[in-house]
Amino acid sequence: MTPTSRTAYLDHAATTPMVPEAIAAMAEQLAVTGNASSLHSSGRAARRTVEEARELIAERFGARPSEVVFCSGGTEANNLAIKGMYWSRLAQQPARRRIVFSSIEHHALLDPVTWLAQHEGAEVEMTPVDKQGRIVVDDLRAAVERDPSSVSAVTTMWANNEMGTIQPISDVVAIARAHDIPVHSDAVQAAGYVPLDFAASGLDAMTVTAHKLGGPVGVGALVIARELEATPLLHGGGQERDLRSGTVSTALIAAFAAAVDVTIGHQRETVARIEGLRRRLVEGIVAAVPDAIVNGDPEPGSDHRLPNIAHVTFPGCEGDAMLMLFDAQGIECSTGSACAAGVPQPSHVLLAMGYDDVAARGSLRFSLGHTSTEADVDRVLAALPAVHQRARRASLVRSGS
Amino acid sequence: MRVVAAMSGGVDSAVAAARAVDAGHDVTGVHLALSRNPRSYRSGARGCCSIEDAGDARRAADALGIPFYVWDMSEEFADHVVDDFIAEYTAGRTPNPCLRCNEKIKFAAVLDRALALGFDAVATGHYAQLETAPDGTIEMHRAIDHGKDQSYVLGVLTQQQLAHSLFPLGDTTKDVVRVEAAARGIQVAQKPDSHDICFIPDGDNAGWLGEKLGPKPGTVVDEHGAVLREHDGAYAFTIGQRRGLRLGVPADDGKPRFVLDIEPVSGTVTVGPREALLVDALECIKPLWCGTAPTETLDCTVQLRAHGDEHRARVSVTGEVVHVELIDPASGIAPGQACVIYDGTRVVGSATISATSRVAVS
Repeated sequence: MTPTSRTAYLDHAATTPMVPEAIAAMAEQLAVTGNASSLHSSGRAARRTVEEARELIAERFGARPSEVVFCSGGTEANNLAIKGMYWSRLAQQPARRRIVFSSIEHHALLDPVTWLAQHEGAEVEMTPVDKQGRIVVDDLRAAVERDPSSVSAVTTMWANNEMGTIQPISDVVAIARAHDIPVHSDAVQAAGYVPLDFAASGLDAMTVTAHKLGGPVGVGALVIARELEATPLLHGGGQERDLRSGTVSTALIAAFAAAVDVTIGHQRETVARIEGLRRRLVEGIVAAVPDAIVNGDPEPGSDHRLPNIAHVTFPGCEGDAMLMLFDAQGIECSTGSACAAGVPQPSHVLLAMGYDDVAARGSLRFSLGHTSTEADVDRVLAALPAVHQRARRASLVRSGS
Repeated sequence: MRVVAAMSGGVDSAVAAARAVDAGHDVTGVHLALSRNPRSYRSGARGCCSIEDAGDARRAADALGIPFYVWDMSEEFADHVVDDFIAEYTAGRTPNPCLRCNEKIKFAAVLDRALALGFDAVATGHYAQLETAPDGTIEMHRAIDHGKDQSYVLGVLTQQQLAHSLFPLGDTTKDVVRVEAAARGIQVAQKPDSHDICFIPDGDNAGWLGEKLGPKPGTVVDEHGAVLREHDGAYAFTIGQRRGLRLGVPADDGKPRFVLDIEPVSGTVTVGPREALLVDALECIKPLWCGTAPTETLDCTVQLRAHGDEHRARVSVTGEVVHVELIDPASGIAPGQACVIYDGTRVVGSATISATSRVAVS
């Protein structure tokens, strides 16, 4: 749903509104019958739509069409990448049990890696990040070079989902390449906001998903080098390069491609505009709440930070109280914490960056996107003083109890 | 008013929230996450602490069209309710964790947070009634449905707390609440009532305490001090308990025996006949008065456990100590339990039992 005018939606990193072109492409394809694996005319038409989408997406992300494997989204692509690479490498070289990854990975990567450690004999090596949330390259190098022949894969997200910190992917690739170790990157948050060139990056696999860049939820892709072998998770008809089975969703894939086309096509202007909005937001926040701390890399640019994320710690406040008070006024943002209906846990990402429990709980993530306006930002800034005052009072009550 | 409706996921709190909406309040549903490691599914007779319960609360809020949030109160709950429960048992007393939860969590931590965040009141699904007396005192009365009445576990609330509390179900019977829930499309209309202590997974209090406290061997003795058996921990016993004593040898008179006393330091558990359980005088401490403290001896009734009988009593107050003379003797009364004092249906106050005096056996 496109956020209505009564809502100031600042949670684009969770999901961003679909672009009209994607909605149109999806609606058009939903009305068309045809299984892309069928041999008749309807099947061929569906296949053509899927392949045109694949070509467009490949082109926009610097990959070859055969390297784009469609799947259900970021979680599946990450699972396929890391489990597939681990199993496949281990079958050839049983000594390769180590997986080296960063301590700030999303649960969609962290949890499959942890599962491999618990059930499949993987030895996981989590490497640290600095206070800005950037991998410490020397530590990652040391982890790999301690015994390179035992590493099955290295995986590092392209841009962090909580602070937007962009990772030194080329350094990571250079370290792993020297030892012929494949590298995967979860680029879900980066896609649409920074240029992604799969071929130039030297990566072996890269995760992207449609709904973070104006497409629908439920479709994404693992971009995976042709020569890289990976063991599939889903067995069946072998539709996607024998790596992923299941009838391909023509409508979702067509919408994904339409979104990529529009979003990457306008990326430069959108990013410049959003960076401006972010500056207005951050400056306004600090003006209203002088002790607020804007986290992450202050420097804009595709080697530094995503243009759309502002992660702010409000000392002496609880993020969830502020979220609720903003929400009551139609302003939507995120605490960035993992909460499965039970007790919200402080983010493992913030803890890895060296924030303590209290700071981790006292933070909010505002994330902008293609529909964001100055009016949205100004609504946040207008509401902030009262929200902040109440949240601080609530926090004092709590610590005093 | 801006109202926080505490929603456990059960039928009572859902209907209470619905009635607060009907009354024209601006209501926000809040589910309290009290457990640090919530279970996925509800099990047994507990109805508030699993992820499934949080989901039920969320769906009830959807049905009412109100915003819904989960508030993490697990730290406060662990400190004030769970740890207190363990400490009280360790000291040989019998605490009521629901009462403690109302006193320290629902009408303290939650209410304080709500007020600080700009709300005016907290509504819950408790069965009790509030009335404002001509002098401005907020009186709490028993619910219409005496079988469900929860004024006992609310007796610890202060005037300040009551001034910001709403109990929309006090004038209704449970049957009517269930019918109303169904009519409102609330899916939990037929969810069973919860009975057990919510943080003890299978209702096995003694087993749970045993895990927390480890073995603390002691003896079970009769009234004359003769050792009847050994035990692994006095926390497995409560005063008035008859079942599960596993004494082996029958009493001299062949009648059943009951736990009369628990001595926490030595772990000695004394058993004896039913008559020896009867007490006719109580001394209570830490009184909380719903209004002003009585200045002269009060002919009233007292309730000594949740859903327990009313006992006619004569109550007098000396400073912070409440003396209760029971006209109808009570049995199975343990230090640590709350004594709630009633004048008719009105709660006069509440205090914690610190000592009991046995009826002289003639």
